[in-house]
Amino acid sequence: MELVCPAGTPASLRAAVKAGAHAVYCGFADETNARNFPGLNFSREELTEAIAFAHARGAKVLVAINTFPKAGGQDLWHRAVADAERAGADAVILADIGLLAHAARHHPTLRLHLSVQAAAANPDAIGLYVREFGVKRVVLPRVLTVAEIAALNRAVDVETEVFVFGGLCVMAEGRCSLSSYATGRSPNTTGVCSPAEDVVYGTEGGQQTARLGGFLIQRSTPDAPAPYPTLCKGCFSVTDENGEDKRGHVFEDPASLDAAALLPDLAAAGVTALKIEGRQRSRSYVEAVVRSFRAAVDALEAGRPIPEGTLARFAEGGERTTGAYAKPWR
Amino acid sequence: MSLSADLPRIPGVVSLPLRGLPLAPLSLALSALTRRLSANHPGLFRRLGVHGRKRFLVDPIDLPLTLLLDLSDPKPRVTAHRTPPSADCRIAGPLSALLGMVHGTLDGDALFFSRDLVLEGDTAAALALRNAIDDAELDLAREVTELAGALGRPLTRLLPVLESLTHLPLRRVDGEPV
Repeated sequence: MELVCPAGTPASLRAAVKAGAHAVYCGFADETNARNFPGLNFSREELTEAIAFAHARGAKVLVAINTFPKAGGQDLWHRAVADAERAGADAVILADIGLLAHAARHHPTLRLHLSVQAAAANPDAIGLYVREFGVKRVVLPRVLTVAEIAALNRAVDVETEVFVFGGLCVMAEGRCSLSSYATGRSPNTTGVCSPAEDVVYGTEGGQQTARLGGFLIQRSTPDAPAPYPTLCKGCFSVTDENGEDKRGHVFEDPASLDAAALLPDLAAAGVTALKIEGRQRSRSYVEAVVRSFRAAVDALEAGRPIPEGTLARFAEGGERTTGAYAKPWR
Repeated sequence: MSLSADLPRIPGVVSLPLRGLPLAPLSLALSALTRRLSANHPGLFRRLGVHGRKRFLVDPIDLPLTLLLDLSDPKPRVTAHRTPPSADCRIAGPLSALLGMVHGTLDGDALFFSRDLVLEGDTAAALALRNAIDDAELDLAREVTELAGALGRPLTRLLPVLESLTHLPLRRVDGEPV
């Protein structure tokens, strides 16, 4: 299986390639990609150099242009597709149906991958993207069980890619408006969830606080692990259906996906590629996580047991989960 | 409060004498180092974008001083302070955590999750600085020894001793920049 690894900077891309990535995904430093954070991403020149570096070492580079163009502002997204192709990208990762149509029409030899942001989770939806735009690979949303992925792969004729490590969202990507509600910006449109410009950390009454867009979303003792400052990881006071007041993570607990132990099942389910989340993370994270998963993939292909990972220190909240891949409550 | 027990801290026997350290020479040396980094790694400051004229307070919490990286002037400078001056943002953590991020041995988000790294003020500026430094693949030991001229060679020989005594990540360990 192909290991697809994150790079928020050229240094991270080099670290990923050296650590054994089969492919690296990255984006331009603007609103066209879903990790539009301060100090991250690539200029056109940096992308060209990075692709040359990766290709010289046998690795592919996939360019994420996976936000949804604004009405009247499509030129920025169209230029991104053209510039990615010109730089030598092996594929572009797109989510917007209009941008897919544009790329298929104007860049017919450019390989198209469907972003997780498109949230295509059933054979009919996937079939439409394949049939109409010639999509070659679909990144599946993180809401499916392994059994559902296996059933889906039997019903479609396209490569599928699934997330195996990193941050988790609470719902189908591309359809979350929590960040927009609090800040007016979201990963779907401006490429950034819970923009850093809207985040304020502080100390109040001996407790650590985090505010997003003026809303107090977390308050905890200094010895509790900190999550990302997103509404979905916030702590809230609510009244449940029995009229009892409860306080805690209403949407989801802070935890990172770690599906290393499920690699044999994912391979049996017909998955082509494994994706690591984390373009916002450091080259230290990229190097360690890529190296660990490359060892796991190599072990799987050699018929050896998956080695025990040592990635707990990178997990949000210090907790790891297999997410939706196994849903024991069903 | 940190959740990590494995991050080395500067022991009191080392940090206490630093209370008497004259800060002006330290500020001069750190400013010279910063200008050298600015000349050798222009991409670092370019990557800061709209945050390239801000004032960053770096607070190694196990040292009795704070460092102000002031980019508001075309000539960047770093000054050491006993009392923290005003700044756009504050980045605080043990010196080992701060050096680990600079040298690519530690992950900033993981340090944040474990509360070893604390951000205050302009979060976007702090994030931009962290990401720009991570991309620059700095090796502070090499920069300092080259800046030191004739003193560089003895400093290089001293480096393993300092690392062994302090357990601090004083240099890059992942090889030369490509």
